[in-house]
Amino acid sequence: MEKKVIQVREEILGSNKKIAADIRAKLEAAGVLVVNLLSSPGSGKTTLLERIVEALKPHHAPAVIEGDIETERDAERIRRKGVPAWQITTGGACHLEAKMVARLLPEIPAETRFLFIENVGNLVCPAGYDLGENLRCVLLSAPEGDDKPKKYPSAFATADCLILTKSDLFPVLPFDPERAAREALEINPRLRVFITSALNGVGIEEFVRYLVESREALLQGRRHA
Amino acid sequence: MHEMSIVASLFEILEAKARENQATKIVGVKLKVGKLAGVVPEFIASAFDIYKQDTIAAEAGLEIEEVPLKMRCRKCSAEIVQEDYSLLCPSCGSTNLEILEGMDLFLDKIDLEI
Repeated sequence: MEKKVIQVREEILGSNKKIAADIRAKLEAAGVLVVNLLSSPGSGKTTLLERIVEALKPHHAPAVIEGDIETERDAERIRRKGVPAWQITTGGACHLEAKMVARLLPEIPAETRFLFIENVGNLVCPAGYDLGENLRCVLLSAPEGDDKPKKYPSAFATADCLILTKSDLFPVLPFDPERAAREALEINPRLRVFITSALNGVGIEEFVRYLVESREALLQGRRHA
Repeated sequence: MHEMSIVASLFEILEAKARENQATKIVGVKLKVGKLAGVVPEFIASAFDIYKQDTIAAEAGLEIEEVPLKMRCRKCSAEIVQEDYSLLCPSCGSTNLEILEGMDLFLDKIDLEI
C-alpha cells in the first residue's frame, strides 16, 4: 500500500461557477440582462417583481424564473401579469444553483430583454451561488429590522444593489432606512440603494430606469469589447 | 444551511480524484473556507461525517482552514486583511478593491492510499 498526497486547490463550487459563466455569456449574446433577487422569505420579492414586470412589459419583454422550496404559486402570480414565468421547486434545498437555471434556457423566448431570477427566500445560502446574473439585488423589508446587513454580510457583500422594500411601513415601524443603508454600505460601498413600496409605487420607476440603463451599459460593453 | 449540498459537490470532486489516482481509500481531506463564503465550518464538518459513510472516504479525517478576507486596493495598492466585513480601503478610503481570498471554498488537498 502506498500513500499519496494530492494538492488539488480546486474550488468546490467551481462547476457551478462554470455553468453560471456559460449562462451569462449565452444570455448576454442574446441581449438579455439577468437579475438575481435575494432576500429573506416575505420581504416582498414577488410583489416587487409584479410591479417591475408591469412597468417593463410594454417596451422591454421581461421573463421570470421563480425559485421556491414548494408550490407553483409565485410563477402563477407572474403569469397572471401576462409575462412568461417558470417555477423551480427545489424540494427542500435553500438556494438555486446555476444548473437549475441552465435547464430552462431553451424555453426563454427570443424577444426577452430582462430575465429575473427570484431566489429561494433565504438571506444566507443563495449568496454563495452565481446563477449567471449581471446584477444581484438584495431586498430588505422594513419589518425585518435595520440591523440585518451586518448580521448577514455575505448577501450584502456580493450584491450590486440594495432595495429597501415596504417603505409605506417606515412611519409605523422602528426601522431607520438610513441606518439600514449605512450598515450595508459599510460592508459594500459600491451598492446602489433604492427605496420602494410595491403598495403605493414609490421608487418603482427609479428602479426600472436603473435596470434599463444597466442593460444599455451591458450592450454598450459588448459593442466595445 | 446549504452545507450538505456543498459537501455533495465536494464528494463529486473527491470521487473523481480518487478514480484518477486509482486510490483504494481517501484518508484525509483539507478544505480552505473563506470567511465570506457564507458557510459554517462546524456544519461542513458534520455534513462531511454524515456524507462520507459507505464512500471511499469513510475513514477520512477532515481539516478546515479558515481564510480571512484578503484584498488589494486598486487605487493605492495596499494589501488588506479584513477581520470584519468591510469592502473599504482603510488606507485611502477607496471602494475599488480586488478580493484576493476569503470568498470561496477550496478543496486544498487529499491524502490517498493506493
